[in-house]
Amino acid sequence: MCMITLENVTKIYEAASGSITAVDNVSLQIKEGEIFGIIGYSGAGKSSLIRLLNGLEKPTSGKVIVAGRDMANIKGKELRKARQEIGMIFQHFNLLWSRTVHENIAFPLEIAGIPKETRKKRVDELIQLVGLQGREHAYPSQLSGGQKQRVGIARALANNPKVLLCDEATSALDPQTTDSILELLVDINKRLGLTIVLITHEMHVIRKICDRVAVMENGKIVEQGEVLQVFRQPKQEITKRFVQQVVEPEETKETITHLLDKYPNGTVIQLTFVGEAAEQPLIANVVRQFQVDANILQGKISQTHQGAYGVLFVHMDGEKEEVARAIDYIRQQQVAVEVITDAR
Amino acid sequence: MLANLLPNVEWDMIWAATVETLYMTGVAVVATFILGTILGLLLFLTSKGNLWENRLANMIIAAIVNIFRSIPFIILIILLIPFTKLLVGTILGANAALPALIIGAAPFYARMVEIALREIDKGVIEAAKAMGASTATIIWKVLLPESLPALVSGITVTAIALVGYTAMAGVVGAGGLGNLAYLEGFQRSHNDVTFVATVLVLVIVFVIQFIGDFVTSKIDKR
Repeated sequence: MCMITLENVTKIYEAASGSITAVDNVSLQIKEGEIFGIIGYSGAGKSSLIRLLNGLEKPTSGKVIVAGRDMANIKGKELRKARQEIGMIFQHFNLLWSRTVHENIAFPLEIAGIPKETRKKRVDELIQLVGLQGREHAYPSQLSGGQKQRVGIARALANNPKVLLCDEATSALDPQTTDSILELLVDINKRLGLTIVLITHEMHVIRKICDRVAVMENGKIVEQGEVLQVFRQPKQEITKRFVQQVVEPEETKETITHLLDKYPNGTVIQLTFVGEAAEQPLIANVVRQFQVDANILQGKISQTHQGAYGVLFVHMDGEKEEVARAIDYIRQQQVAVEVITDAR
Repeated sequence: MLANLLPNVEWDMIWAATVETLYMTGVAVVATFILGTILGLLLFLTSKGNLWENRLANMIIAAIVNIFRSIPFIILIILLIPFTKLLVGTILGANAALPALIIGAAPFYARMVEIALREIDKGVIEAAKAMGASTATIIWKVLLPESLPALVSGITVTAIALVGYTAMAGVVGAGGLGNLAYLEGFQRSHNDVTFVATVLVLVIVFVIQFIGDFVTSKIDKR
């Protein structure tokens, strides 16, 4: 079942300097219970897109259906009711500094008109869920970034929403805190069956938690699919760049140039593993079965939400035919092989 | 001893004048706080990119605020004489000073309220909207609480200005310490009366500032 459907959605901003098309004819379907990522550089239109989902922005044309409601055409009380079923978290947390953790989480419940006793019970549950026990009466200014985002998540979940929107939710956090927040999101997704839509400019976030991903550029969705599939075969140039962000170690080009100079004999090959293949002792098997020397030069394996994905650079030396046979063998193991002759 | 140093000071008169000044300031501060906050909210909400964005309404409110803020207070009192007479029935006494005090101070405070509201992070307002908050909820539960320290320090400054205004109003017959200093002190060349009235005004100002600073620091959790 589709939780979110966008049909030919366009958003144009009228500015003094002319009109800007932030979202350009986007169609998208997001299934119930999935974690869907939208990646793009700043200015690609992803913030506008995510704000269309809870009616903070209205589309210039097109249809926006979230949890069965037409977000583009409802107003007033109905819109406010719909928004209570769509939680949102933000890059800069957007907590009320004048309220304690407890009061911040209670705020959406106050808006929904929940009686005080029930409110208190629900807030206590949420504090447990996000792991903020003992900090209930702290003010946001006394919390770390990660704790603030936990409050943001608890607040977004307070009214048992069907959808959680994450607007660059980890971009202001350090890598370790990012990971812990991402783990919390996956945990919530699993436990509550919540549909999560997140926008980010970090492929790392997509790789870690998303089931599917859409790549946005100049207001358009240029590529979308299962995360592992997109990693395996990125079609667009921009997608390749994002994939490289996570799979290729830094300075790969420099290293390869250096390697080709250093090893004029033999062959440098690039192996690309996807899924199960990444977990087999491939190199050991090759060395055992063929008369070749294999020297691992550089590599990186990334875990995605759906399986492993990795790139390995290996220098192979030996008789030409033996090397060729070894490469054939590797190909048979569902591993893509590319012989590197120059640094590209 | 005190009677020797201040031969012309009649303490019951001083006391009555102090009470009048406190009364005028107190009522005017409360009314200014309410009226100024409403005006400030309107200025903020009708401005570009906000909840009730409306250029025309914003221009009209801004014009009213600017006009009344620009008129020197002593002239404002005179201009408002017919209005005061209609409203209070007299142009003498503490109550007669109130319309001018409030109309003079509210626009001044409204600008401070507007500035305070503009300091609120736009993201917080957006978050409240995303939670399904109505405009009334946003005003009562986001805008006012989040800007409260600035609102309090603004009303402190305004209250101190109002003490000054009451003294001016006193000169034209409103009573209070200003009236006393002018009529009893200046007109009759009793410098000791002027001196005592001045000291009392200073004490009132210091106390207001102290209370304002104390409350601001208590409610500011940033």
